[in-house]
Amino acid sequence: MQTQETKYLTEFYHLPEFKTLDGYKKNGGYKELEKALKMQPQEIIDTVKASGLRGRGGAGFSTGMKWGFLPKNNEPRYLLCNADEGEPGTFKDRMMMEKAPHQLIEGMIISAFAIGSKKSYIYVRGEYETSINSLLNAIQEAYKAGFLGKNILGSGFDHDMDVYRGAGAYICGEETGMISSLEGLKGQPKLKPPFPAVQGYLKKPTIVNNVETLAAVKYIIRDGADHYKKFGTEKSTGTKLFSLSGNIVKPGNYEVPLAFPLKDMIFGLGGGMKSGRQLKAVIPGGSSAPVLTADEAMRATLDYECLAGMGTMLGSGAIIVIDDSNCMVECLANLMHFYHHESCGQCTPCREGTGWLDKIVHSIITGKGRMQDIDLLMKVADNMKGKTICALSDAAALPVLSFVPKFRDEFEYYVREGKSKVKGRTYTMPHYMSAGAH
Amino acid sequence: MFQLSNEAKEQVLNELKRYESKQSAVLPALYIAQKDNKGYVNAAVIKELSKVMEIPESQINEVFTFYTMYNKKTVGEHHIQVCRTISCMINGAPELTEHLCNELHVNLGEVTKDGKFSVSEVECLGSCGTAPMIQITHADGTSQYHENLSKESAMNILRGLK
Repeated sequence: MQTQETKYLTEFYHLPEFKTLDGYKKNGGYKELEKALKMQPQEIIDTVKASGLRGRGGAGFSTGMKWGFLPKNNEPRYLLCNADEGEPGTFKDRMMMEKAPHQLIEGMIISAFAIGSKKSYIYVRGEYETSINSLLNAIQEAYKAGFLGKNILGSGFDHDMDVYRGAGAYICGEETGMISSLEGLKGQPKLKPPFPAVQGYLKKPTIVNNVETLAAVKYIIRDGADHYKKFGTEKSTGTKLFSLSGNIVKPGNYEVPLAFPLKDMIFGLGGGMKSGRQLKAVIPGGSSAPVLTADEAMRATLDYECLAGMGTMLGSGAIIVIDDSNCMVECLANLMHFYHHESCGQCTPCREGTGWLDKIVHSIITGKGRMQDIDLLMKVADNMKGKTICALSDAAALPVLSFVPKFRDEFEYYVREGKSKVKGRTYTMPHYMSAGAH
Repeated sequence: MFQLSNEAKEQVLNELKRYESKQSAVLPALYIAQKDNKGYVNAAVIKELSKVMEIPESQINEVFTFYTMYNKKTVGEHHIQVCRTISCMINGAPELTEHLCNELHVNLGEVTKDGKFSVSEVECLGSCGTAPMIQITHADGTSQYHENLSKESAMNILRGLK
C-alpha cells in the first residue's frame, strides 16, 4: 500500500509565504522564466511536446501538439487559462490559485513566450472569489517586479495578463464556450473546426490550457522532458493532482505520479472508508466519467490508458468515492439534475435529452417509475452520444450508460417496490423546494 | 427608472476599456450593476447599462439570463448558497439545506422577513473535499466559502452575521 504523495508541483504548498512574490522567489520562483526567455520559442514547444504532458483539465490532449496547431505567422494570438473548474468533484485548480498564484503566472508567461502571445487571460469561475483576488494581487506583484509588461527581464518580449471572472455556467469550462463567454456573450460552445488555435477569442488564434497544465510547464523547463517522463507511464507522463471526495476519511487534493493505484489513493492516502462502511462505487474522473464498481476500482490505476481500457476516463482527476449507505438511483438523479441545469440549450439532443433523463430518473425515485423506463433511460442516453457541438451531452449520457447496467438491480428494485433498496424509503421532494426555486 | 451611481458608472466605463473588445465588458458590468442595485438585476438595470455601455439591451439581457450568478430577483443581505451536487449530497447537504430553511423560516429562493437572509441551492462549487459547504454572498458583493459544516456550525456562522 502506497501512502506517500510525490510532491512535484506542490512541493512548497505547505508554506503560507509561497503565495507571495518574495516567498515564491525564495523557493525557486521565476528562475525558469529567466531560463526560458534565453531559449528559442520552438525549443520550449519541442520540450513540452517531448515531455508527453497532456491537458489536465479533462480531455487529456497533448499540450505540445495543441500548441503546434497555431498558424506559423505573426498574427496576434491569445493564451487563455481555463480556471473555470466546474466538473463536480474537482477542486485542485482552486487550491493551486490560492496557494501558488505565481506558479501559474510563471508557467503562463513561459507558455506565452513559446507560442508568441502578447496577451493572456485567466478565466476563473465566478464563485472562486478568493482565487480571483489571489491572482489579481500576484499579477500586480509580477508587473512591479518586471515579470509582466514591456521588455520582460530585458528579453524584448512583452506580455500582458488579466483575469476574467465567469458568472456561473459549467459549460464555460468547455474551451469554445469559454471563448464565447470571454467575448461577453452567452457561454455557448462553437462548432469545431475551426479549432481555437486557428480561430478563437475575437476570431484570433487562441490556446486554451488548464491551470495545472500551465503550471507544469515551469517544471518541464526546469528539469527537462526526460526527467518529467520518469513519472508515470509511456503515454501518461508526469504527476497529477487528484481531488478525492465523497465518503472518505481523508478527502483532499493529492499529487501522485500517473498510474498510481486507485486502491492506494482510496485506502492509503484517503484513509479508507468512514466507520465500518464498505466501498460501493467510484467515479474516477469527475462526474462525467463512467462509474466503476468497487471490484473494478480495486484493479484500476490512475492513468489515461488503464481507465480508458475500463470504459471510463481520467478526466479532471476528481475521484468521488461512494459507500454502501448510498442509493445509486438517487446518486444518478442528483447528477441528471446537474446536467439538465447546465445544458446550454443550443443542441436539441442535449437540451431535450438532459431534460428527459432528469425527468425519468426523478419519476423512478419518487416511486412513479415503470419497468420500461430503465431501458428508456439507456435509449435516450444512447441517442445523446456524439450528436452535439460539445461534450456536455456525452457527459450526461455516460453516467446513465454506466450506472444503469452496473447497478441495474437497484433501479429494478426502485421501480418494483416503489422505494430505494438501500434507504428503504421513497424519495420525497422536500417541503422547502417551492416551485421555481431554481 | 434605475440609474447607476457615479462610482458604478465609472467602474463600468473602465471595464469597457479593459478588454480587447467592448462586448467583453458585459459580464463584469452586470456584476457592478448587481452590486449597485441591492444584489439583483431587472429590466430597468439592463436599460441603464445599455445606455451607459452603448450596447443593445437584448445583448445584455441574453447574457444576464444565461448565467446563474446574476440574481433575477431580490436576495437577502446575506445570500446563502448551499452546494447540492453529489459529493455534498452524500455528505449531508440535503439535511443542511432543510435545517437552514427551517431555522430561517423560508423556502428556497425566498428572503427572510427582516431581509437579512435568503437561501438557494446551487450546483458544484468546487469544494467537494470539504463537504457539506455553503457560499454566502453579502450585500457589498463579496462572498466567502464556509466548509466542513454541521447544522450547528452553519447556524453559528449565520448568528455571527446578524
